[in-house]
Amino acid sequence: MQNKGNIDHTSRRQFMVRCAKAGFSVAAAGAAGYWFFDPHPPEPDSGAGSEVMLANFSTAGVKPSMSIVYGDDRRRAVSRALEALGGIEKFIKSGDRVVLKVNAAFASPPSLCATTHPELVSEVTRLCFKAGAAKVTVTDNPINDPASCFALTGIDRAARSAGGRILLPQESYFRSYSQPGGRLIRQWPVLFEPFRDANRLIGLAPVKDHHRSGASMTMKNWYGLLGGPRNLFHQDIHNIIKELALMVTPTLVILDGIATMVSNGPTGGSLSDVKPTGTMIVSTDQVAADARGAALLGKKPHDLPHIIKAAGAGAGTADYRSLNPIEVTL
Amino acid sequence: MRIVTARRISQVFFTVVFLWFCVVTSLGDAWWQLRGWPVNWLIELDPLVGLATLLATGSLYAGLLWGLVTVVLTVVLGRFFCGWVCPFGAMHQFLGYLGKKGKTPGERIERNRFNRWQRLKYWILIFLLAPAVADLLSFALRIPLHSPRLFWPAIGIGLAAAAALAAGKVIRRSPRWVLGLAALTAVWTAAGYLIETDRLFFASVQVGLLDPMPLVYRSVNLILMPLVDRTAIGLSVVPRLYSGSWLIAGIFFAALLLNFRQPRFYCRYICPLGALFGVLGRYSLWRIGKQETECRDCLMCDRDCEGACTPSGTIRTHECVLCMNCMSDCRHNQIGYRTVPSAAGEMDTPDITRRQLVLITLTGVAGIPALRLGGYLEGNWNPQLVRPPAALPERQFLERCIKCGQCMRICPTNVIQPAGLEAGLEGLWTPVLNFRIGTSGCQHKCIACGHVCPTAAIRPIDLQERTGQGRFASAGPLRIGTAFIDRGRCLPWAMTTPCIVCQENCPVSPKAIVTRQVFERVQVPGSLIAGTADPLRIELDQPALPAGRFGTGDFYCLIAGQNDAEARQIVGNTANEVTVQADRPWQVPPPAGSRLEILIRLQQPSVKPELCIGCGVCEHECPVRGKRAIRVTAENESRNRRHALLLKT
Repeated sequence: MQNKGNIDHTSRRQFMVRCAKAGFSVAAAGAAGYWFFDPHPPEPDSGAGSEVMLANFSTAGVKPSMSIVYGDDRRRAVSRALEALGGIEKFIKSGDRVVLKVNAAFASPPSLCATTHPELVSEVTRLCFKAGAAKVTVTDNPINDPASCFALTGIDRAARSAGGRILLPQESYFRSYSQPGGRLIRQWPVLFEPFRDANRLIGLAPVKDHHRSGASMTMKNWYGLLGGPRNLFHQDIHNIIKELALMVTPTLVILDGIATMVSNGPTGGSLSDVKPTGTMIVSTDQVAADARGAALLGKKPHDLPHIIKAAGAGAGTADYRSLNPIEVTL
Repeated sequence: MRIVTARRISQVFFTVVFLWFCVVTSLGDAWWQLRGWPVNWLIELDPLVGLATLLATGSLYAGLLWGLVTVVLTVVLGRFFCGWVCPFGAMHQFLGYLGKKGKTPGERIERNRFNRWQRLKYWILIFLLAPAVADLLSFALRIPLHSPRLFWPAIGIGLAAAAALAAGKVIRRSPRWVLGLAALTAVWTAAGYLIETDRLFFASVQVGLLDPMPLVYRSVNLILMPLVDRTAIGLSVVPRLYSGSWLIAGIFFAALLLNFRQPRFYCRYICPLGALFGVLGRYSLWRIGKQETECRDCLMCDRDCEGACTPSGTIRTHECVLCMNCMSDCRHNQIGYRTVPSAAGEMDTPDITRRQLVLITLTGVAGIPALRLGGYLEGNWNPQLVRPPAALPERQFLERCIKCGQCMRICPTNVIQPAGLEAGLEGLWTPVLNFRIGTSGCQHKCIACGHVCPTAAIRPIDLQERTGQGRFASAGPLRIGTAFIDRGRCLPWAMTTPCIVCQENCPVSPKAIVTRQVFERVQVPGSLIAGTADPLRIELDQPALPAGRFGTGDFYCLIAGQNDAEARQIVGNTANEVTVQADRPWQVPPPAGSRLEILIRLQQPSVKPELCIGCGVCEHECPVRGKRAIRVTAENESRNRRHALLLKT
């Protein structure tokens, strides 16, 4: 009897413990069910993520201006052109974080002029640091393999030797952006990472023939800030360039027409596609710079609808002479 | 009534209900067709479906809440679902019953002996469930990054407390345990910094491969019902085909036939749902067991034991499917279903070691990124993977689809098919459209698949959303792909043969297929030289034409050298005479000796991508029956803007 009583006692105790555990399990399952229950079907994920805004990088209090230097030495030309505008110190102040948006679209050598020339990159980087810049970031989202593009164009070495840092695009560096009033750039992935802490932006672009848009200069250069299936925009090339010009308000644009790719653009590929044109254009107004650059391709602004569209939308002026450009010959 | 009779009635009831739901999963307004029958109820009762989608998505969708009922009952009663509800289990039990006929009690006892490989099913459960926790895991690993103020104090307090308890000998664990915890924290933190949450590491629901509810729904929907459809019973109007049926059938019939080797082979060794119940039933209040330690050891209780859980000895409650055969077979009333543990002892946890658990979890978790290295969710996406309309974007889709085949069964046109490897290995048996199978493409005014989907992998949309009307006018119709014309195979483009069946059948208005008219010279043997002619009839100088061949209305006649606009429609011809349309007589009949040409008027189709919704009716109807001359691929599908073909204008 004694023994049986013990068993009963033990098993009752065990049962109570089990009851408690089972009760806890049921409560946990019930709570989870209650907490996570969702009677509605999910919304499809557009994959866009949260939206960002791009800052205005223009220099307050500086009137639209432009300088044109004729010569064949890129370093001297760009430095002289900046001097003509009042010196780079007028645009870059001590402690500024500068982004240089180069055109590094293709993995081809500098001699073919399909990309921003490394001499220009190193000179502008040097000048930025001389003016007191805290950081210079050189970036682009190229068409060919990014690392190869930066290496083969010489931009990587040029920027780093002058103290700049290269930012190669990565999936996570792109954020969704919608151009206010825009029709094409809606919830589109834009290379945002370089702008996270930047307060100055300079566009460095070569002058190139472009079969679809007629020319690739400073405005077209912003195409390299787009991610996603951006080549869809070729279905409406002039309007996308216009929207890009509205999306980006740079501190300066530098249009390198020391040599111009006049044929087989925008890739070129042969020295016979490149013609010496001996012109360096620096401007606060990207539309005006491109309007002047068009002449290097033997075109007038009206031959390039994106220039007229961008001017019409208020991104700048197609009448570059109205800026009274300062012209210097080396 | 004996308890096993009650169990049999329950099993028959649920099996009949299940089969009934399979029958009524067909479109129509007869009482035995889909008219609000809760056809997903048994899937919804399956808590593994709920658990896997919950882990993957962080939400328990609508009817999957039913799984909670099963969980609660299992916690209290044990694996009642296996023995009393599961229709697949009932099928196994019935076949196992046939298999043991004629066997001696000794042989039966031998077959029902516990086998240590029964733990395989717990491995399968962990392995299949692990990919679903990827999102959760990457979130947890990154807690040190996104919530450092929560993480570090918590870890600090935890470590300090553990160290204090160990030092004060309050807990008997050695200090090595504290060191282990510290090491774990370090690894966790390092992993959080190292692992990028990119597209490789996202949750994927894979339990449906072997979870018995999706498996049995899939097998009956895609194998048994189509076979029944081909008999006089014919539940669907047109017999159904399902590509890749061999694999689904192979697994289903192999699982059934294995019962002749051992009763409930699938339940004992494979079933991940049974494994889940085995874990959930650990604290069950009632359980099977012996009343007294001493009994006559006749082993009759083992004779018909469905779960191979050894009721005669130390019973493994996690293997017990509550078939109650032992209770009924025991002649001495020794076995009961009671709140006290078995007098002969019991084991309530599956014998898997912690090491196995960790290893299998990691293998399962690693499987998905390993598969996704193929880039199927990125640039290497398969354009042949045309999903049903309102299917979620692929990554979300794979977090929900359980491969049950309900959409494939309900689809009125049979166009929804189980994927082979179109969606990669992880997309096996998920729905993909095959326009060569079935009665037409994806019907323009049909939304059945989304409304039958138990997990909303295909969203239950309304017709307005499908067709882009009303509040969806600005979004436009849902597109599942785009049709492309293969001009090398298209009759009017490549074979100078009139056709445009695709254009006729394009269901959208205005049509997404337009045609352009061209006239092409038709080759005739020899040359056609006019003899005598009047304004409506030309007699040739010699017989040169196949009689009647050119009177179809598609052919035109012309004097060589004239402009195409001068061509007259031929209304009839004999071997040596051509008659042209009466309303355009020749002002000057072709002079004798002039050379004639015969033209054919062709309408060559082109697709307007901004209007095409990818329904595939054109591909289905294309008279080039092998590899169609117009084919739909997933280009421009609404669910992924990276697959866009056109700029929105």
